[in-house]
Amino acid sequence: MKQIKFLLAGTLFGIIMFKSEAASWYRIQEMFRFQDFHMYGIIGLAVAIGVPMVWFMKKNNAKDSSGAPIVFRPKAWSIPRYLFGGIIFGLGWALSGACPGPIVVNIGAGFAGYIVVLVAAMFGTFLYGVLRDKLPH
Amino acid sequence: MDLILQPWPWYVSGALIAFVMWLLLYFGKSFGFSNNLRTLCTMCGADKFAPFFKFNWKEQSWNLLFLVGAGLGGYIATNYLTTPDYVVAISEATIDDLSVLGFAAPTAYAPASQFGMEALSSWQNILILVTGGFMVGFGARYAGGCTSGHAISGISDLQPASLLAVVGFFIGGLAMTHLIFPLIY
Repeated sequence: MKQIKFLLAGTLFGIIMFKSEAASWYRIQEMFRFQDFHMYGIIGLAVAIGVPMVWFMKKNNAKDSSGAPIVFRPKAWSIPRYLFGGIIFGLGWALSGACPGPIVVNIGAGFAGYIVVLVAAMFGTFLYGVLRDKLPH
Repeated sequence: MDLILQPWPWYVSGALIAFVMWLLLYFGKSFGFSNNLRTLCTMCGADKFAPFFKFNWKEQSWNLLFLVGAGLGGYIATNYLTTPDYVVAISEATIDDLSVLGFAAPTAYAPASQFGMEALSSWQNILILVTGGFMVGFGARYAGGCTSGHAISGISDLQPASLLAVVGFFIGGLAMTHLIFPLIY
């Protein structure tokens, strides 16, 4: 029952994704065509709040609700990993009109096609796991 | 109530996303949705095929609950938090561009021809859905995160790796939209 808060946080996230239209295929098309400020405003503002928030948490050694310190793990630098991985992800994001969160939001909203997208995304993750040692990281 | 039923402006949505990130940090977790894809693979037995999937998936059960919540949120929003005449109000320029590709102006949240039940009766459409999903899943894990992990959490933590990943997201997204869409639609 202690975990129910994550279900509620996820529900809030799903409602935000839907109501902001960040989960809409149309908005993703508009974003990649630079034809409206909407999506840039959403991501930009989240980051504009997030940067000082994380900075403040680190500076004050912020604790989580259980009293444990909140840790931010630095990501090891690599060019191929983030560039190639990012490009493949971006191709898929534009083609399906949804990143992983919004795929699930769209299934909840009743778009059966996104069930196919989700299963394919699991298969993509599976193949990455199998090929991992052969890919440049 | 009327304000909730209308589409939410970017400044409300962006602030709320930052709030969700804070909420997960406060709960001792970090915001990264695509990790769930790996967890789901492990639950389906992928750990028998690759060491990448050998981990205690129960440690990620909180994130799976978050995923279930996201689906529930989509259901609640579409059924109870919209007006009957709701359409996604994208710009005229986008409507024009999409009409050239054969897409009608929005009448639903996503084009039904692509993502509704009818989309599953055309193998070309299914191929698009499978290819798109596959690249999202493969790319997210290769890049070590998706929009939530890199564009929101990673950049908020000023991680150069996340910035590079987001540059990659845009190179891929722009190539798909401007170079590949005209070939497939």
